[in-house]
Amino acid sequence: MTINTLAKGGWHRDQMACFRKMEKVIVAMQDPDMGMKMRNQRLLITVIPHAMTGRDVINWLMQKYNMCEEEALHLGGMLVRYGYIYPLKEPRSLVLRADESPYRFQTPYFWTSTRWPATELDYAIYLAKKNIRKQGELMEYEKERYSVLHKRINHTWDFVVMQAREQLRASKQRRKADRIVLECQEQAYWLINRPPQYLSHDPIMQGCLPSNPWISDDTAHWTMNTEVVPIPSRLRVERWSFSFMELLNDAMGRREFMTYLEKEFSAENLCFWQACEDIRHGENSRIVEKVEEVYKNFLAPGAARWVNIDSKTMDKTLKGIQHPHRFVMDDAQMHIYFLMKKDSFPRYLKSDLYKNMLAKAIVPQEVKKSVFPFMRRQRHSSPSPAQAVAQASEEEGRA
Amino acid sequence: MACQGLQKGETLASLKTESDGLKKKLEVERGKLNDVELHQVAEKTEVLGALSIKTRRVLKGHGAKVLCMDWCKDKRRLVSSSQVRTSTDLWTREHGVSLPCTWVMACAYAPSGCAVACGGLDNKCSVIPLSLDKDENLAAKKKSVAMHTNYVSGCTFTNSDMQMLTSSGDGTCALWDVESGQLLQSFHGHTADVLSLDLAPSETGNTFVSGGCDRKANVWDMRSGQNIQSFESHESDINCVKYYPSGDAFASASDDATCRFYDLRADREVAVYQKDSIVFGASTVDFSLSGRLLFAGYNDYTINAWDVLKGNRVSILFGHENRVSRVKLSPDGTAICSASWDNTLRIWA
Repeated sequence: MTINTLAKGGWHRDQMACFRKMEKVIVAMQDPDMGMKMRNQRLLITVIPHAMTGRDVINWLMQKYNMCEEEALHLGGMLVRYGYIYPLKEPRSLVLRADESPYRFQTPYFWTSTRWPATELDYAIYLAKKNIRKQGELMEYEKERYSVLHKRINHTWDFVVMQAREQLRASKQRRKADRIVLECQEQAYWLINRPPQYLSHDPIMQGCLPSNPWISDDTAHWTMNTEVVPIPSRLRVERWSFSFMELLNDAMGRREFMTYLEKEFSAENLCFWQACEDIRHGENSRIVEKVEEVYKNFLAPGAARWVNIDSKTMDKTLKGIQHPHRFVMDDAQMHIYFLMKKDSFPRYLKSDLYKNMLAKAIVPQEVKKSVFPFMRRQRHSSPSPAQAVAQASEEEGRA
Repeated sequence: MACQGLQKGETLASLKTESDGLKKKLEVERGKLNDVELHQVAEKTEVLGALSIKTRRVLKGHGAKVLCMDWCKDKRRLVSSSQVRTSTDLWTREHGVSLPCTWVMACAYAPSGCAVACGGLDNKCSVIPLSLDKDENLAAKKKSVAMHTNYVSGCTFTNSDMQMLTSSGDGTCALWDVESGQLLQSFHGHTADVLSLDLAPSETGNTFVSGGCDRKANVWDMRSGQNIQSFESHESDINCVKYYPSGDAFASASDDATCRFYDLRADREVAVYQKDSIVFGASTVDFSLSGRLLFAGYNDYTINAWDVLKGNRVSILFGHENRVSRVKLSPDGTAICSASWDNTLRIWA
């Protein structure tokens, strides 16, 4: 796995290699002779066969791979996170506890590697089943997804409901213990493999909230989504998690990320990247002066905002600076870009800063097209961007 | 490099046979890497429901065929050309100034929204700064940036107002510094007029694709000027090329009445969008925001919306009374704008 394969989307191939390794461990754990000792676990009044405790898992890993408890906890945690082992108590908490908490192996049918990608249709059927079985007990996010799916694949909804009913009927034929086992397995699978949601971000296909301005004559959608707003919309914040590029392309996203980096004392990386972009796309006449600035601020020994580049790239860049040209910073820029993408970006998505932003974000109410077309709303002209720039420079002049 | 004289024992005919043989070998090698067809993978995706897309605005006011248009980043203004009509605010329908440039075949909005580029049969591409004063003589502020030896067919700004990429009937593409008008890089490789180009939305931002009358779509490295990939499967001129939102693939529209989808990593064509009932050439394409839909404008006055993954047509949009010359998605994906030889622009949503 190199920078190049990552950039060209080789992640799936690499993920598969990881899955294969994890599966090897799992298979070894279930080996009849050298594997783990299983026992029956009681869940309320039903007995679940073939279960083990978290403590069992850790001890087995420590013994088999000759590792310390911390490492066994970490590896075991990964197995739970990727769905190969699932907890029987508190199924939504995907962690491995080193105590008497019961766990089970996921059936290979539901392994991520065999069933990827999880389709929306399967998920819809699963949610429909749950809805029918336990009226009103869907979780908040499940309720949301259910209604979104209901709208989106409405034309196949009869099929979804029919399938759900069929599957429920078939499962009633099974023994209660088996049924509970299957339900646990299925639930564990969907906790991990929620299908990705991109279509909801496509206004022409899914509509947009509160309404598409061109259809309803209401510019609220544009007002809510201008470059800088106090509170951004939910979809916009979600979009930042799709890829690093999406985050950087959105001015607000970039600002938020900068705030996060400042807390981590690595904001110079983003500043450096922005300065390099400026050189690459800027005027020819200012290249030399900009390269000088970047060197002084980011690359010179003892620089105020020194960036951490490997020595080979640093040497190459310093040499290139002696004859500065538009692309002289490319290698260094790429290095820092991928550093941020692989390290800071995933951590940002898990951070409280991002999670709070997502929680605060608005999900606008849908506004249908006005029933009275003759009550045409006043259409206001917005300032042309050229005006905005002129105003800004005027204000600067005055200041 | 390409202009050595014939070596001993070579004739034009023998070289041609050798080149054809090499091309066949390349196709065989490409075929070996092919593991699964796009439509097979797409079987797992859901079928799209019916779309209800209608005309929401019709813009009249051009006195001639509208050949080109481009959106402003503010999502509601656009620039359109036969004559250059700057910053028409679609929302309030107020027209910007008309510029007396004739023969304009290509136009583009600068990322900042403060300038507009246009070029065409004058073999040049010029940049016009936009100002608030409607009476100001904008024609006088027009600045020539690109100079080709034949008509300019396409132009676009790169990530800033300072650099511009153009394609030309002289068979080349070129990268220009706007401030000085200096040629930064030229791209040679097409053997006929280049009709269209598009910048890649990639993280490293260094490539673009061009399509031309030699039926080839070429991918170029902007730094070195090298042609890094080439695709030749259309049966006639390629009129338009457009990248898929992820940057890993692109679509093309051609006079052979088909649109095709090429995957850059697989290095081959992966889908053809065609129907027996579609007889006239396609002149323009653009993707919806997620990339699931492909909108294509045709010379039979219609726009067809295709399901990119499954390959079937999802919708036909009727309304124009002459050829559709350009379709373009608005920057936030809420609408499609189409320009036509019937002198109007339409907004669809």
